[in-house]
Formats: sequence, structure tokens, C-alpha cells
Amino acid sequence: MKDFIIPFDERDMGTPSRTGAPVSLTIDGISVSVPEGSSVMRAAAEAGIKVPKLCATDSVEAFGSCRLCVVEIEGRRGTPASCTTPVAPGMVVRTQNDRLRKLRRGVMELYISDHPLDCLTCAANGDCELQDMAGAVGLRDVRYEAPQSGGLASHFTARDNSGQANPQWIPKDESNPYFTYDPSKCIVCSRCVRACEEVQGTFALTIEGRGFDSRVSFGAKSDNALASDCVSCGACVQVCPTATLQEKSMIELGTPTRSVVTTCAYCGVGCSFKAELNGDQLVRMVPWKHGKANRGHSCVKGRFAYGYAHHPERILKPMIRERITDPWREVEWDEAIGFAATRLRALQEKHGRKSVGVITSSRCTNEETYLVQKLARAVFGNNNTDTCARVCHSPTGYGLGQTFGTSAGTQDFDSVEHTDVAIIIGANPTDGHPVFASRLKKRLRTGARLIVIDPRRIDLVRSAHVEAAHHLPLRPGTNVAVLSALAHVIVTEGLVDEAFIRERCDYDEYLAYAEFISDPRHSPEATEALTGVKAADLRAAARLFASGGNGAIYYGLGVTEHSQGSTTVMAIANLAMLTGNIGRPGVGVNPLRGQNNVQGACDMGSFPHELPGYRHVKNSEVREIYERLWGVSIDPEPGLRIPNMLDAAVDGSFKGLYCQGEDILQSDPDTKHVAAGLAAMECVIVHDLFLNETANYAHVFLPGSTFLEKDGTFTNAERRINRVRRVMAPLNGFGDWEITQMLANAMGARWHYTHPAQIMEEIAATTPSFAGVDYALLEEKGSVQWPCNDSAPEGTPLMHVDGFMRGKGRLMITEYVPTDERTGPRFPLLLTTGRILSQYNVGAQTRRTANVVWHQEDVLEIHPHDAETRGINEGDWVKIASRSGETALRAHLTDRVSPGVVYTTFHHPDTQANVVTTDFSDWATNCPEYKVTAVQVSLSNGPSDWQEEYADLAARARRIMPAAE
Amino acid sequence: MSPEKMVHMANQIATFFRSQRGDDQAERVAAHLRDYWEPRMREQLKEYVAKGGEQLDALVIEASRQL
Repeated sequence: MKDFIIPFDERDMGTPSRTGAPVSLTIDGISVSVPEGSSVMRAAAEAGIKVPKLCATDSVEAFGSCRLCVVEIEGRRGTPASCTTPVAPGMVVRTQNDRLRKLRRGVMELYISDHPLDCLTCAANGDCELQDMAGAVGLRDVRYEAPQSGGLASHFTARDNSGQANPQWIPKDESNPYFTYDPSKCIVCSRCVRACEEVQGTFALTIEGRGFDSRVSFGAKSDNALASDCVSCGACVQVCPTATLQEKSMIELGTPTRSVVTTCAYCGVGCSFKAELNGDQLVRMVPWKHGKANRGHSCVKGRFAYGYAHHPERILKPMIRERITDPWREVEWDEAIGFAATRLRALQEKHGRKSVGVITSSRCTNEETYLVQKLARAVFGNNNTDTCARVCHSPTGYGLGQTFGTSAGTQDFDSVEHTDVAIIIGANPTDGHPVFASRLKKRLRTGARLIVIDPRRIDLVRSAHVEAAHHLPLRPGTNVAVLSALAHVIVTEGLVDEAFIRERCDYDEYLAYAEFISDPRHSPEATEALTGVKAADLRAAARLFASGGNGAIYYGLGVTEHSQGSTTVMAIANLAMLTGNIGRPGVGVNPLRGQNNVQGACDMGSFPHELPGYRHVKNSEVREIYERLWGVSIDPEPGLRIPNMLDAAVDGSFKGLYCQGEDILQSDPDTKHVAAGLAAMECVIVHDLFLNETANYAHVFLPGSTFLEKDGTFTNAERRINRVRRVMAPLNGFGDWEITQMLANAMGARWHYTHPAQIMEEIAATTPSFAGVDYALLEEKGSVQWPCNDSAPEGTPLMHVDGFMRGKGRLMITEYVPTDERTGPRFPLLLTTGRILSQYNVGAQTRRTANVVWHQEDVLEIHPHDAETRGINEGDWVKIASRSGETALRAHLTDRVSPGVVYTTFHHPDTQANVVTTDFSDWATNCPEYKVTAVQVSLSNGPSDWQEEYADLAARARRIMPAAE
Repeated sequence: MSPEKMVHMANQIATFFRSQRGDDQAERVAAHLRDYWEPRMREQLKEYVAKGGEQLDALVIEASRQL
């Protein structure tokens, strides 16, 4: 494969872009026209002129401190800084003459007088703007030298020339696992401080002291980078013009010489990155400024946590075993594939066509996912295909399908820049979707208001320069009651956008809905007792959302993973329709997808009832499209969903599973039931990077490839199809799409794909919403959002602009039904689960990176009142028990959770939080009710018996016999 | 799947459609079961109804006759 040649303008324009009426001016005799509000520096860059600069960069606002970018402007006195001077009509600017050169050299000379001249051995050599600027201004000589007797201070020598310790010297801070802070190289340009503030919104960095004493600081005197508020997003490292903030990987590996643009494989934001390499050695991942989801920003996972690709635990050879009690045996690919194919076919002969199935992965590409569901439908001859979206966003599919007509977020991420009131419900973006959170916080700092609906006091409720207007701390399981109460206030107080409803929605359905929701049983006063949300707060929040301008709703798994998950999604859609918040920038219904390709996995027909493009298998005209192309007949009946597969396995009618890129044992609820289902199967094929927990029950292990090792596409939460590009050769030998193809062909298929682009051609040819998508278009545009077809050849940033996909929007009756998971004397607390910034999902990737320094184990958050009555102190081992099972972990006392509610994460297999979660699920989709489990918490001596037994089983199941010579 | 689990799931579906307007709730429950329940699951439900359908919502029993 050729390298991806970046057709985009990669230059640093110096200051951020502006939108406004064009202003014409002349710079060095060149006429240029730029939007009003642009800086002279940016206008010069547009004209192709680089004005020397140090403190300016186009990701943060101009600061005007370095004085290197001075220019002359006709009719104005002095030499203004071009970065802070806005353009004016008819302006005549000179960026080069003797006076300016002299000034710049003088500035540069002063900078260099306090900077070490170790350029040849410096990690930033070749990537240093200070070095570049010294060259650009023609600095040839530094007149200022420290006298031999000492006395002249610098920041970069540990001792002065007289041998005295230099009080201005601060040693390098190497506490962060991914980057170093070397104060001796700092020129105090404040770019890092501004990036932390403006881009990331964490405010971890500051400038401490004045004048010569000015230093970049991680907050309190005692704080180093790791102990501070720093979230390790890398924004400061990105903007640092010198080696002051420097990736450790670059210190170790040298300056990269080539780059490939690709897409992050973590959360559903789908950030674009430049993978920077030497040969096939990845040196660093740098957020790509033209990435339309992330606009040049990143988080600790995408930016730094890619080391798992080379982790020693990664399995690179296929393995098989007769029984799951045997040790693994390394074999060649042919043998492993043959073994799997023979077993699956034998099972089908003995137990029927429908006795085997597949699970596709939201961590794999669209092309891979498409092939895995095709394997089920065309080769197995059944619809037993499901995806991990089953356990996260399947209610989004059902709920938005019923109300709007399709399963997708309505906006792009840029939309948040136009939002006036945001509702965040059941999501914790600063941890789960950090780059989106940064973009939201940026808008909040400029005046948008926020309503948080969450049982926990998440960071967005109150953190640096962000405070929610309302936090509605509801009891887990009462989402529908709270959303209905919001709608009740909007309808009964006359805040409905009548014009929108009449024009865009089914009016009869609306009238019925209005009658239903106006009933006093939905009033905030009536629901307060069961939701725990104060009626006055809820009324105020409803009024704010209905009358505060553009209203956008962002939601996560705290909405979907409930018995009423689908109903809650409908209630969200109702709220958006009632307030007319659909179809323009700044509004909409926005599911925050957990994994990178949840949207894509759903689009690609992973669900057992749908062919690609959300078309039910019962529709013969849809089946015919594939039947003609694939030369098979497609089963018109829906297949088994993941929980149904496990039930059928326990019942004895489901015997074989091909599971790609998923760890259902750790991630699915009611671990013991999952284990029983897997143990009952006779052929479990795990296709993954590592021997995950599911692999403890597997007969075949097919080593997978990482996102760095293959071509394909991911579709993020805004329906954006982004390219994944092969950065290095797969260590395991094959891309995952090739492995699925080998298995299909061993079972009699005749697939001949030689590149994922051909798979995308097949997707486009068969799926109307993807009809216009091909790799050439993605090369040209960078990315497109579906629908992308004849009526939207460049994709669709906003959905339902003139009408809903289904025609008229449909308001649905959303009666609150309490979950059957109730607290009682045995289990008096409610457990809810979530994730943390540094870890991702089951942790298979992030636990194998230095990210563990931030989160080495799952802990149980418990309110101090609940802890006190149980005699629990901070850090104690506690047992958490539900009707499903029990596990043990350490307690953390915090009032982020309300009394009666406890919270933990599920990143670590040693904890196995899902031993505790139950088999209750969403009524429509079987999405598990992870977010509500009645539990008891008590002191414990350490890990539970189950944990110890499981650890023992896992160790035995992971034994590998070396291949025979 | 255990009968308790099946009954719980089916009754959840009935509870939703009972709350919806119209007089075709049983048809809509049946349609949902046809669209999302694999034939094995529908068969198990029908057998369970044939044996008396203990604990099942009346709407599910009515719907199962349309499967």
C-alpha cells in the first residue's frame, strides 16, 4: 500500500479561523481577502507568508507575548504584533524590512540567551519551532553570556559558573508515563497553559511567578504532572514549540519521518490521528487538525494508549484445543481454520442450521463487521448474528426508529458550537467521550447552559469554569419518570413549539401524547417521591430547556441500559420534538456511542433481525438484493440475540459461536450465566488480540490485528465514516477481514476480496444510505456522514432537516414502569456501573498500557453515610452481593453518589463487576439492565471465593503448549 | 431459557404495548414477537401458553395465538 498523501493544508496559520464578511488588505504587496476578525498573522499565512512567531499557534487564541511576529502597518505607529492585530479594510502590511529583522533578532537573542544549546541531542531536534525561528530571523550570535564568577541567572543550568546551585533550575518532571516536562527548555510562551484551558478545558496548568520568575506549573507547588488535575490529553505537548513538553516515545525513538492519517479505535467520538512513523515503527499518534470529529484534539487513550499492539501477552499464532480443559496448542493458520470450519459444519449437521452463530465487534471495521454478518447469513445460512451494540445502544435503534424513522444521532459534533442549552443524561462525557466533553465545555464557557440528569455528580456538574445550571440526581431506574415530568411541564405550561409540531409531526399522535403527559401523575411533584428529583429543580430545568434557545440532548448508556431503555430513548425524542429542537445546528438527539464503531456495527446489519441499513429480514425485496448477489437464500426469520444465544446454549440447541473482537464473559451481565452458556457450547471461536476472558471457554483462538495493522472504515457517533489506514504490517499475519474470509471459504464460500475497498463497494451497492460511499470519496473529503447517496453526494451532517426519515415525527406514549429490580432488606442499595477516562470497556487494550497508573483496579464508590452504617472505611475490602452473585473490591467513600446508590467500573477481570449484574433487560431489545442492580455491601477480608476460583480457572485455561518441532 | 425469564420478557413487552393507544395491542405484541424473537423462543412461548401460560400477561396469551 502506498502512504496516504495528505491533501489537506497542514500549515499552522498562527491564530484560529474566523467567520465573517471578507476584508481585503495588502501584505508585502500581495492582496488577500480574509474573514472579518482574522488576525494580520492569519491573513499573511493565507497569502503564503509566514510571519515568524513563537507564542501563537492556530489552535489557541492569540496572546501577543513573544513579540517575534511584529509587523509594520502603513499609517500606524510602532510595530504591532501581527497575531493580536485584527485585519482592517485597505490595510497595507509589511512583514519584512531591516527594522523588523533587527527587532526580531533582538527578541530571539534574548530567548536563546536563556536556552540550552544542546540542539543536536535534544528530543525536539527537527521538530522545534524555537530552532526554526532562530533560523528564520537569522540569529547568528548571542552576546549575553554568564560570567565565570557566577551571578547571571539562567533557567537551564543546574549550577551557575561559580558552582553554586541555581535556584532557578527545576529538574525534569517525568511523572507522567507518556510525556516529560523539562522546565530548562521552557520559553514561557504560555501555549500549554492556553491549550489546557481553551482546547481541553481542564485548567491544570498555570504560569506561576512574574517576570524572570515566570514558570509553567501543574498547579500547587507540591504537584507534579501526574499528581495534578492533568488528564494527559496531550494538548499541551501538541502545542509546545520546544522540547519542554515532549512525548517519551519521541525521546526514545527519534523524530518521525512519515505519517499516515487514521482513526482512533477507542470511543465513539472517532478522532482522526496522524500516526507518525519511522519505517514501520510508530513514534507517536498526533491528533489531526482536519479531523472533523476532533478538530485537532485528543484524549489520553487515543493519543498515548496504543502500546498494547506490542504487548507481550498479545497472541500471534492460531491455537486450538479439543476441550476447554486442555492446554492450548499452537498450530498453523490452515489447521486452525480447518478445525473451526469442520467443527461448525459438524455441529450444523447434527444440531441443525441454526445451532451456530456469530458476534460481530464494534471494535472492528465496517468491512470486517459486514463480512462476519455475511458469514452468518450466507455461509451458516441463518440470522444468528449479533453485536456488542446489543448490550449498549440497541434501544437507540428501536427508540429512534419508532420516533424519527432511523437509528442515528441527528447532528455532527460541530453542532455543539451552536447549542444554548445542553441536556446530558446518563452519560459522563469527560470520562467516556473526552474530546466531545472538551468541545462542550468550550461552548459552556462562552455562555451555553447545562442540565445534567445523572445519579452521580459527574465532573460536568461542577469543574473548572463549568457549572451545570441544574443537576437532577435521579434514582437509578427512573429515567422515564424524569423525562416525562420534564415533558409534562413543557406541555402544561404552554412551552411546546406548536408550529414545529404542526408542520413536522403527526398531529393526532401529538394530541394523544399531550393528553397523556398532561395527567397530574406525570407532574414533577407527583414523581418526586420515586425519582428523588426535587420538583422545583425539575420545573426550572424544563423551562430552561424549552425556552433557552437551541436545545441539544446528549445521552449515553445510562439511558439505554435499563428495563425501559427503549422507552427512555423515545422520551428523549419526544422532548426534542416538543421543543422543536430537531433539524438545525445546535440541537438534536445525540447518542454518545460507547465504542468506536458501534454505529457502524449497527449500520452493517449485525443485528439478527436486520440486514445492512436497518432493513428487517422479513422484507423479501431486501432479502432479494442479497440473495441475488450472494447466490443463497436468506432466512426470513430473526435470529438469536446474544442473551438468547446463551439461553439457547444452556438449553442445548445452540452449539457453536464465532466471536470477533468481543469479550462477552467480562462485558455481558450475569457472568455465571454467560459462563454456563459458553461452557455448554462445543465450538467457541475467539478472534481477538489477547486471550480474553471469553477465550477461557474457547476451542479455537484466531489472533486478531489491531487498528494500526489494517485498512477499513469506522463510523462514529455522528454517522461519520472515517478511514482506518494500515500503518504497519499485521503482527499476526492477516487483517481480521482476511481471517473471516478464510473461515468462510473453508466452509464452502467463494469469497475473493483482496482489499477492504471491495467490501465497501459491496456495501454501497446494496445499502441505500451508503450508496455514494467509496474509498476515493473518503480520500478526497477525509470523511463523510451517511446518508451519502445521489440526494446527498457529500453526506449528511444534519438529519431530519426538512422532514423526518419516517415522514412525520411520531410522539410516543412513554408510561413509566418501575424495574422489577427492587431494593429490599437483603439488597438495600442500588449499584450502577460506568467507566473512567483512562480505561476503555473491558480494559483488554488499556490495561496493557501505562494507563494503569491512573486506574489499577476497579473500586466501589459509596456514600459516607452508607459506609458508616456498615463500618466501612476508605480503602477497605468490601463484598458486594446481588441475587446473581458476589465479588469483592476496595471501597472509596465519596458524596459523588447519593446515599443508597453505589457505583463501580468494569474495566478489570479480577473484579468482574458483572458477576453481580442481573439478567433483566430492556423490554424491546434485551439490552441488559447494567445500570440498576439491588445489592448489599459489607466488609470483606479480600477477594471472594468466586474470584479466587475464577482466577485459578483462568490460569489453567490460558496454558499454552509450545508447537511441536 | 428459563420459563420465569421468558414470562418476564414477554410481560415487559405487553406492558409497553398496553400503554399505547388503539385497540390492537395484542396484534402489536404479536408483531414485536415476530420481529424480534427467534422462532425457538416463540415456539417455547406457544408451548408454555398451551400448558396454561401461568403468570403470563393476558395480552401475551392473546398475542401468542396470532403467532
